[in-house]
Amino acid sequence: MSQYKVVHCNINGKDVEKVVDVRASLTDMLRNEYHLTSVKKGCEVGECGACNVLIDGEAFNSCIYLAVWAEGKHIRTLEGLMGPNGELSDIQQAFIDETAIQCGFCTPGFIMTAVEILEADTLYTDDELRKLLSGHLCRCTGYENILRAVKKTMYRRQGKEIDF
Amino acid sequence: MNIVGKREARIDGYDKAAGRTKYYEDQMPADALYVRIKHAEKAHAIVKSIDTSAAQAIPGVVRVLTCFDVPDISFPTAGHPWSMDPAHCDVADRKLLNTHVRYWGDDVAVVIADNEVAAAQGVRALTVEYEELPFVLDVQKAMEDGAPQLHEEFPNNILKHTGMRLGDYEAAVKEKGLIKVEGWYETPTVQHCHIENHGCFAYEENGRITVVTSTQIPHIIRRVVGQALGRPWSDIRIVKPYIGGGFGNKQDALYEPLCAWCSTQVGGRCVRIDCSREETFVSNRVRHAIRFHITTWLRQDGVIAARKVECFSNQGAYASHGHSIVAKAMGSFHQHYPCPNMESDCYTVYTNRPVAGAMRGYGMPQASFADESNIDDCARAVGMEPMEFRRLNIMPQGYKDDFSGNVNYNDTYRECMAKGAQIIDYERKLKEFANDSGNIRRGIGLATFWYNTAVYPIALETTSNRMQLNLDGTVTMQCGETEIGQGADTVYAQMTAQALGLKSYRDVRVISCQDTDITPTGLGAYASRQTYVAGFSIKQTAQLLKDKILQYACEATGVATTEIDIEDGNIVRKDDRQPIMSLSELAMTAQYNPVHSEHLTAESTFTIRSNAYSFGCTFAEVEVDIEMCKTKVVRIVNVHDCGSLINPALAEAQVHGGMSMAIGYGLSEQLIFDEKTGRPLNNNLLDYKLSTFMDHPKLEAYFIENPEPTSPFGTKALGEPPACSGAPAIRNAILNATGVAINRNPINPHVLFAEFSKAGLINDPWKEEK
Repeated sequence: MSQYKVVHCNINGKDVEKVVDVRASLTDMLRNEYHLTSVKKGCEVGECGACNVLIDGEAFNSCIYLAVWAEGKHIRTLEGLMGPNGELSDIQQAFIDETAIQCGFCTPGFIMTAVEILEADTLYTDDELRKLLSGHLCRCTGYENILRAVKKTMYRRQGKEIDF
Repeated sequence: MNIVGKREARIDGYDKAAGRTKYYEDQMPADALYVRIKHAEKAHAIVKSIDTSAAQAIPGVVRVLTCFDVPDISFPTAGHPWSMDPAHCDVADRKLLNTHVRYWGDDVAVVIADNEVAAAQGVRALTVEYEELPFVLDVQKAMEDGAPQLHEEFPNNILKHTGMRLGDYEAAVKEKGLIKVEGWYETPTVQHCHIENHGCFAYEENGRITVVTSTQIPHIIRRVVGQALGRPWSDIRIVKPYIGGGFGNKQDALYEPLCAWCSTQVGGRCVRIDCSREETFVSNRVRHAIRFHITTWLRQDGVIAARKVECFSNQGAYASHGHSIVAKAMGSFHQHYPCPNMESDCYTVYTNRPVAGAMRGYGMPQASFADESNIDDCARAVGMEPMEFRRLNIMPQGYKDDFSGNVNYNDTYRECMAKGAQIIDYERKLKEFANDSGNIRRGIGLATFWYNTAVYPIALETTSNRMQLNLDGTVTMQCGETEIGQGADTVYAQMTAQALGLKSYRDVRVISCQDTDITPTGLGAYASRQTYVAGFSIKQTAQLLKDKILQYACEATGVATTEIDIEDGNIVRKDDRQPIMSLSELAMTAQYNPVHSEHLTAESTFTIRSNAYSFGCTFAEVEVDIEMCKTKVVRIVNVHDCGSLINPALAEAQVHGGMSMAIGYGLSEQLIFDEKTGRPLNNNLLDYKLSTFMDHPKLEAYFIENPEPTSPFGTKALGEPPACSGAPAIRNAILNATGVAINRNPINPHVLFAEFSKAGLINDPWKEEK
């Protein structure tokens, strides 16, 4: 097997292809080949969730997903959430409004899992939300305001407001 | 108009939510060479030789450098201000790479390669020949005669010992009828676990070295790199971009000196050092494990008559911040619970463990765990309710510490406790939980703390600031006190806008990135100092800029400077507050005036010669499953007096993060070592047991706002305080629930199993079989 392989995939709505090292992780490919620097490296062994992206709608730690496995997949990163004129999506805005961001390093991964949660179109309980978000580590926020941001957005998408 | 005191969104929020904020690795030059470090796999040894031939033969490897190649210069790493007093300088006890290996993970060689894989293969291909030495991991064993010696100049491994005597302890304890409450309290080695690991890259440009690094303290790093390389400090330029958290680990020179030196060894080409998570745990810094021995003598009425405190601080292999941490811990006791007769001693001791440095709380989470555990035991010993016992003995209103000059101006402790008790419904729950006798037992507990703001008078406190009026009427502001995630830039913007009379904090352009070539000298982010110290230079520099603006406005409008002011971004008449010119018009007029053009800027330094007490408490409610030896935190409430809040939303967020860290400290986090080899056993995020989303209840943050009189904005420390009192509050809640006093943290199921067995709450079948 050659050390390099062409990987065709769709990233943030665009069909793309690049030659990648077969040993490279999807994190490496997204950061180094496509300059998608929202994909962060915090452990590179699938513990922290900072590199999380959506692959065919499902959240994955891209650091433990080989780049070559992305062949034919639809991949979404945080860069793909913004509108053409830099408009933020509701969940990104909620992270700002609820002070759910501090150093910002875990933020992109968290937001992508939040997208997966929101797209499930389900009104989860707090315990369910905590479990769904528990693949991400954050040392700044104690997770408190992140829960508020995700929960408020989940309710808004259902046409409801919620007080804390 | 008040801009300070409002819940404003972070000025860096948009970029961070959009994922476009650039951290050091996002700015990496494409041609950077990879430096991988060979870490010793011995706890204590002398490197006899390193065979580099196999590594050098690997395609892609550019250079291999070992501990035999580095300059013969020892340097300090602590992120302390430089001291003009040589006796007060930090201990210089390590080289860029070390032949004398002092802990498992010490740095002995590097491989520089043009790709990551070759660099990693190169490190694996190195053959290191060691002469093994006996090692010691325990702090008190390291002090014994005949223990393995780490540094020749420090007999019995004692880096420093200091003590304090108040009154006459020996005489005081002879008083008849005193009750003695004695305990040993043990705190663990923990790590900061910022989600961005430390890393940096370095290159030479015009004969100077630039290092772009994930640090909290760029100006101090410049000095340390200069020292380590034996180069004039101005040969070094440090650039600090946004960083993914620090919590004190990055208040130390980590790999910047090594990275800078590596660049000089490959002709000034760009080289990068990126710590893995495993390296971050072991080869950066950790929080000191401190062992305390406390003896408290009580009168029958609960008043503390005398107290003796001994603290043994496990420094690990190198001095880093050294003795300052345990000295701060020891110094907390007599202020927290003043008593006339005290004897305190503290020792900082080298051991063959990872290097301990600054970590959020700087000795106070350790001291608080020991002090507040002992205080609850004291309350029990005299049959008093723990909050009542604290009210009786805690630092009273009007208390003054002669060393720092700090004064407890308000009756803050009692205010904080009253508020916390009311919110969590303390008195009622105390009664209700007392009846629990089944397998699940509920308990409620509290703990208090105090914290200093900044480092005066122990070290220099200085802050500089530069402001510039832009042509659109906005103001650019720059200082050396760094944004590390806590939200410093946003509160600087609020304070600047307020001090100058701008319309909004959004009219302040904070230059977040520090570059030591251009940023006014500041000391960085540590000691919960930024908001307090920057407040002085912001107010002073804003006044200088305002004077210049009004001067020019007077020239432009003919209205006397005494009659005009700045309000909502306009020059206004003082009399009727009518705008006579906008700041934008003024700036344009000043800049493009063909006769008298002026670029309106101001810059100044302020030397802070004050400190401020920050106070607070935690109330915790727990459910303990006796058979499963598990503790569930049901509710946790922190109340803080950090003076006037500049931005309540950011303040709450700070408290949440600190509470989270305190829960981990109390229940799950610790770095453990193999007793046989000294090897760290759980240096990864999974086995270390960092708290996850599932391990917390709702975090409740409250404030008492007593404005701090020494601060121009009424503010004082908040960054570190929330990490101080959570663990002992949980410990005391477990004591309340079960009657078992646990004198070590983290209080995980292993610890509870042993303690509950001892207390007869559960049967240990294995023990019976024996």
